[in-house]
Amino acid sequence: MAYSDKVVDHYNAPRNVGSFGKEEENIGTGLVGAPECGDVMKLQIKVENEQIVDAKFKTFGCGSAIASSSLATEWLKGKSIDEALTIKNTDIVEELSLPPVKIHCSVLAEDAIRSAIKNYQDRSKGTSE
Amino acid sequence: MKLPIYLDYQATTPMDQRVLEAMLPYFTETFGNAASRNHIFGWKAEEVVGEAREQIASIIGASGKEIVFTSGATESDNLAIQGVAEFYKSKGNHIITASTEHKAVLDTCHYLEQKGYQITFLDVDKYGCVDLQQLEDAITDKTILVSIMAANNEIGTIHPIKEIGAITRAKGVLFHCDATQGIGKMPIDVDEMNIDLLSMTAHKIYGPKGIGALYARRKKPRVRLSPIIHGGGHERGMRSGTLNVSGIVGFAKAVEICQAEMVSEEERLIYLRDRLHKSLTDKLDYVFLNGHPTKRLPGNLNVSFAYVEGESLIMGINEIAVSSGSACTSASLEPSYVLRALGVGDDLAHSSIRFGIGRFTTVEEIDYTAEKMISTVSRLREMSPLYEMVCEGTDLSTVSWTSH
Ligand SMILES: Cc1ncc(COP(=O)(O)O)c(C=O)c1O
Repeated sequence: MAYSDKVVDHYNAPRNVGSFGKEEENIGTGLVGAPECGDVMKLQIKVENEQIVDAKFKTFGCGSAIASSSLATEWLKGKSIDEALTIKNTDIVEELSLPPVKIHCSVLAEDAIRSAIKNYQDRSKGTSE
Repeated sequence: MKLPIYLDYQATTPMDQRVLEAMLPYFTETFGNAASRNHIFGWKAEEVVGEAREQIASIIGASGKEIVFTSGATESDNLAIQGVAEFYKSKGNHIITASTEHKAVLDTCHYLEQKGYQITFLDVDKYGCVDLQQLEDAITDKTILVSIMAANNEIGTIHPIKEIGAITRAKGVLFHCDATQGIGKMPIDVDEMNIDLLSMTAHKIYGPKGIGALYARRKKPRVRLSPIIHGGGHERGMRSGTLNVSGIVGFAKAVEICQAEMVSEEERLIYLRDRLHKSLTDKLDYVFLNGHPTKRLPGNLNVSFAYVEGESLIMGINEIAVSSGSACTSASLEPSYVLRALGVGDDLAHSSIRFGIGRFTTVEEIDYTAEKMISTVSRLREMSPLYEMVCEGTDLSTVSWTSH
């Protein structure tokens, strides 16, 4: 299968790989997918004043899954929570020119974004109570 | 050393230069139709086909009269299974095979199932071997055929063919063996192993694509087949169609070379395979061998690199041609059914890579491949949430994953 230049670029030089320290605050973590399905994404956001100031990811999956999550972290940085929630998997498909068989990678990346935000919101509720 | 490196010898092989040279005169000079009885062109073609037949038969201890030329092992498998099923249907309707067979066998059996035949798909153990007792117990008075491959194309596991043949012979059931991967790599003797039908193909042994053969035993017992391709009655009525003379000549030359070089080549391939395996396991943790540790094809190494997905791995070593059991690399989006049958979890199936080593593989290529694999696996594990979790002591089986 031929990969688009953008997928290859993210694969060769993934942006924002890593994890935030366990002690850090204001972090939301999304863990989506399953090892048996061949892809798992962990996506983390760091939030200050409802703004995403940093994002990191780790992905087990094909090149398109890695590229989708790498791209997601790039897009998340600097966005507000509300803006982040408007990111759609179809935007990722378009940006990376993903073929139909790889659309699920973009869906997973969108799930990861939502799940990280939800985790952040749940946790900040928890601390304010 | 030249890039890209070909390490997919179980998929196909490059043709040996000696094979090509043997074939060339049969395209433009000696191009006759082996069925033309009236002139020298036909006689010459017939003569060379006869010699080739004997050569090919000799690698399995058979006689040339027992060879039916086909387009390849897929057709040989179809002819063997469908041909026996049709011819012996008054005797019984039950066929036994294994869940790890090639699709050419499995799908033919599924097709017959729809036509009312009963098929038993035997399970295999964690190495990919069928259990002899289970096989024997599965045979009923309706069983007409047992079809078990000599060596598996994905995991390289070699079956106890001789023991299987002893069982089928004692029970009076025909035995078909898909020996596509075994020919030229392991000794096979149809009499000693009681094989009644055997499939082979030239392109896995450095011969041309599009030519194969089915061995069908002539005596004790005489195997009868209903043809699946009808026409001019070539190949004693079992397979019509003008013979592919140049292909047959190439096939015979490929066989001749295998016969001359098999012993030394086996030693060399095992050395290269073990060298690669050792380099990988010395430098990387969580590397698991798929298939049998010793009873395997000399040129096959199938390993899972846990916590790294196969397609991403192949992307990282893009100048090395290998294959993976990962769903992402297959048309079906399912991980390898062979690895599944072994009980390898889907997670590890997604992480599997098959290295197929062959005649033209060099030590240099093996060392380059090992190095490239180690750096790519390490890089991808740095990016893998699973590897991170495992290193932190999380048991992945306790995590509630969100499947999609
Ligand atoms: C075990 C086995 N059987 C059958 C086949 C099909 O062979 P062919 O490509 O000659 O049809 C192959 C190769 O793909 C194989 O490995």
